[in-house]
Amino acid sequence: MSLNYFQLFDLPETFALALSTLETPYRRIQASAHPDRFVSATPTEQRQSMQLATLANEAFLTLKNPAKRAEYLLGLKGIDSLNDSNTSMPADFLMQQMEWREALEDASMAKDTASLEGLFDEMQAEGNRLTTVLTDLIDHKKDYPAASETTRKLVFIDKVCADIQQAIERLD
Amino acid sequence: MALLQISEPGQSAAPHQHKLAIGIDLGTTNSLVATVKSGMATVLQDEHGHALLPSVVRYMPDGTVVVGHDAQAQQSVDPANTIASAKRFMGRALSDIANRAHIPYHFVDSTEQAGLLQLKTRAGLKTPIEISAEILKTLKAHAEKSLGIPAGSDELTGAVITVPAYFDDAQRQATKDAARLAGLNVLRLLNEPTAAAVAYGLDNAAEGTFVIYDLGGGTFDVSILKLTQGVFEVLATNGDSALGGDDFDHRIYCWVLDKIREATPNFAPLSEQDTRLLLTKARQAKEWLTDNHEAQIVCRLSNGVLVDVTLSANEFVVLTEQLVQKTLSPTRKAMRDAQLNLDEIKGVVLVGGATRMPQVRLAVEAYFKQTPLTNLDPDKVVALGAAIQANTLVGNRSDHDLLLLDVTPLSLGLETMGGLVERIIPRNSTLPVARAQDFTTYKDGQTAMSIQVLQGERELVADCRSLARFELRGIPAMAAGAARIRVTFQVDADGLLSVTAREQTSGVEAHVVVKPSYGLSEEAITRMLKSSFGSAEIDKKARMIAEARVNAGAILSAVELALKHDGELITADEQQAIQAEMVKLQTLSLGEDAVAINQGVDQLNHATEAFAAARMNASVSRALSGKNLDEIKL
Repeated sequence: MSLNYFQLFDLPETFALALSTLETPYRRIQASAHPDRFVSATPTEQRQSMQLATLANEAFLTLKNPAKRAEYLLGLKGIDSLNDSNTSMPADFLMQQMEWREALEDASMAKDTASLEGLFDEMQAEGNRLTTVLTDLIDHKKDYPAASETTRKLVFIDKVCADIQQAIERLD
Repeated sequence: MALLQISEPGQSAAPHQHKLAIGIDLGTTNSLVATVKSGMATVLQDEHGHALLPSVVRYMPDGTVVVGHDAQAQQSVDPANTIASAKRFMGRALSDIANRAHIPYHFVDSTEQAGLLQLKTRAGLKTPIEISAEILKTLKAHAEKSLGIPAGSDELTGAVITVPAYFDDAQRQATKDAARLAGLNVLRLLNEPTAAAVAYGLDNAAEGTFVIYDLGGGTFDVSILKLTQGVFEVLATNGDSALGGDDFDHRIYCWVLDKIREATPNFAPLSEQDTRLLLTKARQAKEWLTDNHEAQIVCRLSNGVLVDVTLSANEFVVLTEQLVQKTLSPTRKAMRDAQLNLDEIKGVVLVGGATRMPQVRLAVEAYFKQTPLTNLDPDKVVALGAAIQANTLVGNRSDHDLLLLDVTPLSLGLETMGGLVERIIPRNSTLPVARAQDFTTYKDGQTAMSIQVLQGERELVADCRSLARFELRGIPAMAAGAARIRVTFQVDADGLLSVTAREQTSGVEAHVVVKPSYGLSEEAITRMLKSSFGSAEIDKKARMIAEARVNAGAILSAVELALKHDGELITADEQQAIQAEMVKLQTLSLGEDAVAINQGVDQLNHATEAFAAARMNASVSRALSGKNLDEIKL
């Protein structure tokens, strides 16, 4: 049996997770496992150090991001929230998606960085709201089907945020 | 070649002996070497009291090589054989070099490695790697003299060499190759802004989020770091590996040229000597304008034309405004990638000689809405940080409280159908990092697949840098789309990439490990080492034996130390088995068979697998609350 990311960092398997709570065990592991600690060690030790440090980075990245954390946590509970056959979305969210996408395209065409930044902030706010909803759905209500749907929304928002960032970068 | 001394197991001479390690800032304009002495990081000076070594290499008519101030002084006299700013050409192809017409060197396509350039000198064709190796050799000699150790001895344990954070894989590999040619053991390549942050952070006991704005002679980096109790975590980095103080010189040079042409309409193109002379005058004017309102540029060209022009500080600001603005775009990108607002930045540290220009300081101040920190010498801070990290890496710092978590500056990906790039590792991923992705075949019965590895942020293959192209063969014939080829990218702590590809649906495994292809070949390195030793008899075989012995010595002392500290983690029988392999290897390394020595190293390494796992386990258990590493799937 191998440890999951929560066990690796000695954290409870909950969705609610403050960054500082995650950072402490992550830094402790890196402080003892990072390749910088094994510069004059044997090749075997260097390889193991690189593997463990790589794993700790991957685990940290996954648990730090709310969408990835939700997907991972639901996965531990046997639910593949991003599975292709599992992609139903409520009509109002689909409408909202189209509006966001259009706003992104319009602002990109108009080379309007301020609007893009405004849209980014709006998406971030929506992402924060969904994160709060997910805490309730996963940690308290244990309503995993609903949590899956919210996770898919959050993944979508992350994707649009990345696209907005890229659009801003292209205009810069 | 001196024989390595190996002590008996368990009788290590001085277990807590202070190891000598150095930090090297291999700069475009100037290079420095520093070390930690009695707990203090210090820049080492040469016998004339110079801390800065101009990164200028001159190949002399008598076959000798002159590096530093003396070479710099002769730049205008012998421009084609006196190479400055070689760092700008590291890992680059001829087509990568902008303003080539205004650089007084004879560039040619490399005969050593496709896609790389060489310079034609009187000493023959030289790669930028060999030129940089001359600078590193000079710094190594300074350090050995200053530390009072015999030249060419093994007493210098190793070096940390800094590179611009925005250097790509080719440029990093070139730097490592240069160090190898110079006979330096590279402990780690360290990003320059991270090195600066270490020196600044430790000196000021700084905590919080800081920006390092590093404008050097030829490269620009911006890094954002979070400093927490000795942990230096890079949140984002960005930059331009072809933008620096040299470009400001070049703007002045072009301005002077325009003035000359205005006064002399039929002015013939400049000779190499005159180009170098005007570039030097331009650099001096730039430096003068840091503290003065105007700079007079006076010189006589080889055709007798007298140049006498005056550049005001205001005109200089206008001439270079676009260059200053060019640094702000990567700065904004880094801020966006780190997802930070300006008010979350606790301080902005200026690094690199070019940040002395008032217009640069003002632009940084205007963007960040705070006065930048300049209390460390911007020329020395990188070397000092490198020395501190070198000292930590060789284990001289007993307190394990300094930890650097750096990132990969550029995204890494693969070419897919239609010339598009599939991103595998995004930029600003914390190192070390590994990522795998599955690909499949396009045609029925396809048995081979061509994989092109790319680095860069653009979506089209043509706009990214190609790091390597290799073929995966032996895929069993299947219907299109049935094969599963898993490609794994691993970037190590030096920021260097290796790629593995594996077909996994069938029992037949095709397995390839690639190091990107632009590094120098073994043959090229041997030939260069040979020529740098003059007519010395160092041949490939001797070098292989020497390297095998160094490897044997390293693993023997590592295992010896490990047994001493943690021997109780394994049984007496297991200890004896390891010791038997150690004795075997010691015997082998007295012989002349490099292959046998390397096999002995492998066997000892293999014999310590379980012991290494037990040690790693114990160490992580101490870090956490009794976690058992056996449960961590590696």
